[in-house]
Amino acid sequence: MTQLALVIDLNVCVGCHACVTSCKEWNTSGEAGPMSDQNPYGADPSGTFFNRVQTYEVGEFPNTETVHFPKSCLHCEDPPCVPVCPTGASYKRKEDGIVLVDYDKCIACKYCSWACPYGARELDEKQQVMKKCTLCVDRIYDMSMPEADRKPACVKACPTSARLFGDVHDPESVVSVAIREQGGYPLMPEWGTQPSNHYLPRKKTRITLHPDELVRSDNPLKADGREPSTNGNGNGPTLEDASNW
Amino acid sequence: MHPAFSVIFLTTLIGAAQGLFLAMVAVQFHVGVNGFAAPEAVGFYAVGSVISLALLGAGLLASFFHLGHPERAWRAAAQWRTSWLSREVIVLPAFMGMVFLYGVAHWQGMPTLLPALAGVVLAFALFVCTGMIYACLRFLREWHSPLTVLNYTLLGSASGFTLATAFATFSAPHAVRFLGGWAVALTAAAFIGRLASLIRNARLKPKSTLQTAIGIKHPKIVQKTQGFMGGAFNTREFFHGKPVATLRAIKWFFLVASFFVPLLLLGFGGDGAAIFLILAFVIQYAGLLAERWFFFAQANHPQNLYYQSIA
Amino acid sequence: MTSTATAPAQEIKKTTCYMCACRCGIRVHLKDGQVRYIDGNPDHPLNQGVICAKGSSGIMKQYSPARLTKPLRRKAGADRGAGEFEEISWEEAFSTLAERLGNLRATDPKKFALFTGRDQMQALTGLFARQFGTPNYAAHGGFCSVNMAAGMIYTIGGSFWEFGGPDLDRSKLFVMIGTAEDHHSNPLKIALSKFKRSGGRFVSINPVRTGYSAIADEWVPIRPGTDGAFLMAVIHELINTGLYDRDFLVQYSNAGQLVNVAEGADEFGFFAKTEVAGQDACYDPQNKLWWDRKSNAPVVTHTEGADPYLLGEFKLDDGTTVKPSFQLLADRVKDCTPEWAAEITGIPADTIRRLAHEMGVTARDQKIELPIAWTDSWGKEHATITGNPVSFHAMRGLAAHSNGFQTIRALGILMSILGTIDRPGGFRHKAPFPRPIPPCQRTPNHPKAVQPNRPLDGLALGWPSDPDDLFVDDEGGPVRLDKAFSWEYPLSVHGMMHNAITNAWRGDPYPIDTLLIFMANMSWNSTMNAAEVRNMLNDKNADGGYKIPFLVVADAFHSEMTAFADLLLPDTTYLERHDVMSMLDRPISEFDGPVDSVRVPILPPTGECKPFQEVIIELGSRLKLPAFTTPEGERKFKDYPDFVTCWETEPGSGIGFLAGWRGKDGDKFMKGEPNPKQWEMYEKNNCVFQYHLPKSYQYMRNWNKGYLEWSKDNRITRYAEPILIHIYSEVLQRFRAAAEGRGDSRKPPEHLRERVAKYFDPLPFWYEPMEVSSSDKARYPLAAVTQRPMAMYHSWDSQNAWLRQIHTHNYLYVNASTARAAGIADGDWIWVESQWGKVRCMARHSEAVEPGTVWTWNAIGKAAGAWALSPDANESQKGFLLNHLISEELSDGRGGRMSNSDPITGQAAWYDVRVSIRKADAGEPEQTSPQFATMKAYPGMDASPSEIAYNGGARK
Ligand SMILES: Nc1nc2c(c(=O)[nH]1)N[C@H]1C(S)=C(S)[C@@H](COP(=O)(O)OP(=O)(O)OC[C@H]3O[C@@H](n4cnc5c(=O)[nH]c(N)nc54)[C@H](O)[C@@H]3O)O[C@H]1N2
Ligand SMILES: Nc1nc2c(c(=O)[nH]1)N[C@H]1C(S)=C(S)[C@@H](COP(=O)(O)OP(=O)(O)OC[C@H]3O[C@@H](n4cnc5c(=O)[nH]c(N)nc54)[C@H](O)[C@@H]3O)O[C@H]1N2
Ligand code: SF4
Ligand code: SF4
Ligand code: SF4
Ligand code: SF4
Ligand code: SF4
Ligand SMILES: [Mo]
Repeated sequence: MTQLALVIDLNVCVGCHACVTSCKEWNTSGEAGPMSDQNPYGADPSGTFFNRVQTYEVGEFPNTETVHFPKSCLHCEDPPCVPVCPTGASYKRKEDGIVLVDYDKCIACKYCSWACPYGARELDEKQQVMKKCTLCVDRIYDMSMPEADRKPACVKACPTSARLFGDVHDPESVVSVAIREQGGYPLMPEWGTQPSNHYLPRKKTRITLHPDELVRSDNPLKADGREPSTNGNGNGPTLEDASNW
Repeated sequence: MHPAFSVIFLTTLIGAAQGLFLAMVAVQFHVGVNGFAAPEAVGFYAVGSVISLALLGAGLLASFFHLGHPERAWRAAAQWRTSWLSREVIVLPAFMGMVFLYGVAHWQGMPTLLPALAGVVLAFALFVCTGMIYACLRFLREWHSPLTVLNYTLLGSASGFTLATAFATFSAPHAVRFLGGWAVALTAAAFIGRLASLIRNARLKPKSTLQTAIGIKHPKIVQKTQGFMGGAFNTREFFHGKPVATLRAIKWFFLVASFFVPLLLLGFGGDGAAIFLILAFVIQYAGLLAERWFFFAQANHPQNLYYQSIA
Repeated sequence: MTSTATAPAQEIKKTTCYMCACRCGIRVHLKDGQVRYIDGNPDHPLNQGVICAKGSSGIMKQYSPARLTKPLRRKAGADRGAGEFEEISWEEAFSTLAERLGNLRATDPKKFALFTGRDQMQALTGLFARQFGTPNYAAHGGFCSVNMAAGMIYTIGGSFWEFGGPDLDRSKLFVMIGTAEDHHSNPLKIALSKFKRSGGRFVSINPVRTGYSAIADEWVPIRPGTDGAFLMAVIHELINTGLYDRDFLVQYSNAGQLVNVAEGADEFGFFAKTEVAGQDACYDPQNKLWWDRKSNAPVVTHTEGADPYLLGEFKLDDGTTVKPSFQLLADRVKDCTPEWAAEITGIPADTIRRLAHEMGVTARDQKIELPIAWTDSWGKEHATITGNPVSFHAMRGLAAHSNGFQTIRALGILMSILGTIDRPGGFRHKAPFPRPIPPCQRTPNHPKAVQPNRPLDGLALGWPSDPDDLFVDDEGGPVRLDKAFSWEYPLSVHGMMHNAITNAWRGDPYPIDTLLIFMANMSWNSTMNAAEVRNMLNDKNADGGYKIPFLVVADAFHSEMTAFADLLLPDTTYLERHDVMSMLDRPISEFDGPVDSVRVPILPPTGECKPFQEVIIELGSRLKLPAFTTPEGERKFKDYPDFVTCWETEPGSGIGFLAGWRGKDGDKFMKGEPNPKQWEMYEKNNCVFQYHLPKSYQYMRNWNKGYLEWSKDNRITRYAEPILIHIYSEVLQRFRAAAEGRGDSRKPPEHLRERVAKYFDPLPFWYEPMEVSSSDKARYPLAAVTQRPMAMYHSWDSQNAWLRQIHTHNYLYVNASTARAAGIADGDWIWVESQWGKVRCMARHSEAVEPGTVWTWNAIGKAAGAWALSPDANESQKGFLLNHLISEELSDGRGGRMSNSDPITGQAAWYDVRVSIRKADAGEPEQTSPQFATMKAYPGMDASPSEIAYNGGARK
């Protein structure tokens, strides 16, 4: 069984919002569209988006981490939003695990959105139907597109390739490998929703220097008749200066 | 959560209607058990059923205001296997039908036992459905408790019995005392149930935290921006947007209005003073509107963790 | 996947994005003539298929209600700035302009000034200005990042910005300083993520941690304006521990060259030379001396077999005391200890030391050897190319300070002593760089260059190499309106647009008649002191005429600036016009060779919009400027595409705007006759031309014989001489010597001598930024800076319905402990005050900002009503502009004024301002201050809808 999903690498996400607007742009003219905007040129503009990029500060100055955090529907394996839907508009596809809304059936009772702990669903104010990330289902199977384009719009757009797409049930897929090897984790595991989307954590690269790496025998200062300063390491008297065997 | 007036009216109106219906059946059984017939009761049952139906209809109407596509509301019955909302959508009209039959039967002097029993089952089913719509959402922890179903049942019943008591002063004076007693008992029970849920909710520790929400283990995490500034469905639907003081005021108001005042008035009106009993119902209903508002507002959706700041 | 029989026609066209200056390749998907989708072009070398938030929102720019669609004229009797316009025809616009400009050209061409903002067609606008004959031309560079360009180019012959960058493919340690987003938006993101994923270590030095810095392995918070001290301390530590690449310095820089240090000598501070070279060439003649270690005697630099001392003091035969320039550098940084820098920068000394060691040891021990044979300028063949994989990137965090030039010199020198210039894993140039130090273009050096009815005798912008190159009159006074290339800002190589309006208003150095502003929002976010500058634009003389008599604005949108126009010319959008990203301007070259690109129209112009390029061609033709006119006096070019195809720098030179598909048949590149099919060929090739240099020409280009000859043959440079790194800058010394009264070049006017002598130090040094030292630090304890949000381009995306939802207003970010100390809670309304002005705005607590710094996103705040936004829009009611706190002028300490700029380059010192913060009073309105009269909509603008439900191709 296939479960398509996104894996988002927080280690490289710079918070550029490319995934936000490329998603809107693809989908507003696609099957999920139009994605309306209210007050687009007035006070408090607001609109339907399937993907948002948020920013968190972790820790206290100067040990602060700024974390950019993109969030869209996680296509849960056990999606609480689906069984609650009274009309059957919300459903999870057997063939690929994508959770979708049938806009022709939705009555906009909003109950599914209450049932999603992640805030992944947004009601389109104009169309009055519940919408959410479709995993770009109208791209990924579109055989009229070259294969390289059969990916979600946000994945294609992402300049840092922080968004990986694939089948999390296939252990050899890029997404599974990334989750396995890089410590991919789901959000709010406490609810047992088993989100298919995963996040890859930050990693730190450090350099460890040993004092004896600083000064080397071929130190260029010697060519100019100087001795390197070692900041007090190893330049003092030695046993040679004191003993006479 | 952002309390939606459509849902507040829906749940309080149908709750009262269900309670009223139960009250009528209770009177009928009470009468039956004690073995004396009361001719004027025909009005009590028939008109009572009309009132119950009117409340149910108003509730149903209110519910349509909740829907973005009311014209497709019929579709909501489709998922009765999994969705409590779907079940409610089925049970509510069924109950309405039964109330109608019950009223007609009384009016036409037909046998009423079957509609009464079926109606009782449906009324309770409806309480369960309504309550379960909320109680089944496991991450809305303020709701995810048997107390939710219990309280929907008790609060609806209490208001229905209070209404029935008031109504009985006109249509079935002999039942006033009986009904009043039950109204007092149910109101007191509802008070206890609601208090229990208040106490429970006050002690809830959120299971989801920013740490689990974004998967980073650090004691200090602060959201700087939710990613957009002018608001969105997520900021409108899940936040009540009122200061804590308002919430507290509303809590006290509903405690006083739904329980204390009606209890007092039911006490005064015990001997059939209609004005006290009508007041009791009106105030209790107003209290329940506040209670329902509070019920929604108090529920803290985990999604809110993701929507705390703009920048 | 709906496949109905009547599926609307779909079409994919390729062009180049211009939602920002990065210039990615895009594919525009059209459905029934409407834009359905814009994505990155996977076959484009720059962005390789990715796209950013702005690029993905192109649809909302194209169909924005803020678009201007008709040529407009200020209504007779209406006040400037009131926004009262009437429609006119293009013919009227052209004839008005041609008449007015024709008169100016025939009488005093400098009375016409042309300044352009985020312009990407400076090759054309510059050509037009020069042909017109005015010296008063510049683009945004002066208020943007000229320090970065000049500081690096005067040191290593190339720069960051659009001219070079870090080779993250091979780097191991990457240090990013003062960069938020930069021009290389998508490519840098692509590279950063690859770099991190391949295990590279990323350090960010910035008072603020956002964007790129967020994913840094280490964030080093620094106090604004103090990077020079940090860099000097790092150099100190590297020299003291011997962690520098001696071989590289010896061979490829002037580190070993001997400087005359005989106090009092006329030649003090100049290199000792074997002979005096001819003055005409603009390269570094190889006539300097080394002190050879083997023979212990002076030899001519780069003598085969010699190895110079880098340290020491020597006496030449004639008794002159000399020191290698590296010794002078060592002397300079002697006291710049990490402890000294820690006091200034706020970075702990141990951190500075550790970072220096990381740089030095990585450069030394993780060397890359590529099996690429190449020949150096001295004829020596090398079997491999060596790389020291430490790289840097820096931008306006260094540049936008009045000490930026010297700070950036220090950075260039740090990169050089680590041996990382144009080497794998280090810094790499992009064509047309490297260029000689400084590049060969000069401005005229005398007012006589400006003559009626004659093109300017020289370029309006150039690279002075000594005082005689300054564009000044006999008294040493400025010839240009903005005072660029004067003794006040001698190396203002990009001009000083930020002073153009103030100077024109004051009539200092002289009044002008017509000011043409193209693509710049000079009454708002690209001007300092915005409120006052708005008054200047409207100010009148005693006779009732405007101080700036005629103001022409060419813009595509309803910006704040447009309200001040007397004549408003509606430009097309990037999807509606031809454009070129020319090798003559700032092309999009890659490390491995030149790249240029074009835009082609995807959609017809909206309304009566006309590409500004066509306006220039038309005006040039009407004014009969030589470049646009045949010898017979006829119009030479049909239109802009025709101009691009046919124009050559000189008749028969074979060099034009585009380098690709030249020659009659399109089989030549860089140089070749005009090709009538050139546009088609670009179109067929993703609108981009990429040339891959042979591998052996891709590195060490300052001293790579093959490359330098290739570059000369292709007329990228004039000479194939090696470009030695200027550890010690004799160019700067020439100005200093003049200021000290030495030599026979021109001398600065008396009042500027001290200033020039102080700042034109041939070795980098750190000084407190000018505004900082003139501020009361107790009263204004905080530094205030802005930075770029990734999802907004300057002021021009507030009209974009999608992007403005991400940034609809801005906050002042304040370190949480600083804010608490000032009694300011998160979200409070506060006053921010500098010695120049104050703004009311909202505060946001942050742990990701250094406690002595406050910051905000740049250019989010807007004037009410502007950009087709409703008057109550967040941008104007809650958003604010930091520019109100920044002055375009500072006191010169003698009762006069100086531009608030770097004293060497004239770079606008945006990030020097000091402020205080306090909570706003309880009764105050919750609205930003200052507020301005609400802007009106103009004729030809569509009403702004209250709802959008965009569905490309479905809507009719
Ligand atoms: N999305 C987007 N991209 C753009 C633009 C845009 O408006 N939007 N504008 C384009 C233009 S015109 C330009 S010039 C470039 C500019 O590109 P950048 O130079 O990257 O832009 P700034 O936003 O000026 O960033 C300056 C950075 O320096 C930091 N800083 C300020 N003072 C100091 C200091 O003293 N020391 C150090 N170390 N850091 C300091 C600031 O915190 C900020 O992070 O971006 C270009 N790219
Ligand atoms: N406080 C503060 N101020 C700053 C900076 C800062 O960091 N802090 N940064 C400075 C820097 S680096 C720069 S480069 C400047 C940028 O300042 P400007 O160059 O003035 O850039 P914008 O504000 O975007 O204004 C450009 C104008 O171009 C118009 N425009 C957009 N597209 C087109 C088009 O296709 N054709 C035409 N004709 N017009 C078009 C827009 O409507 C807008 O009016 O700002 C400077 N101002
Ligand atoms: S993230 Fe929310 S909407 Fe998406 S599948 Fe899970 S529960 Fe449903
Ligand atoms: S809003 Fe639509 S999709 Fe969601 S539960 Fe209701 S009917 Fe189903
Ligand atoms: S997968 Fe498609 S729908 Fe989902 S967030 Fe990405 S672009 Fe949007
Ligand atoms: S496009 Fe990529 S880098 Fe940018 S915010 Fe989205 S996930 Fe992060
Ligand atoms: S980086 Fe600039 S040029 Fe590239 S896609 Fe984004 S807006 Fe367009
Ligand atoms: Mo800039």
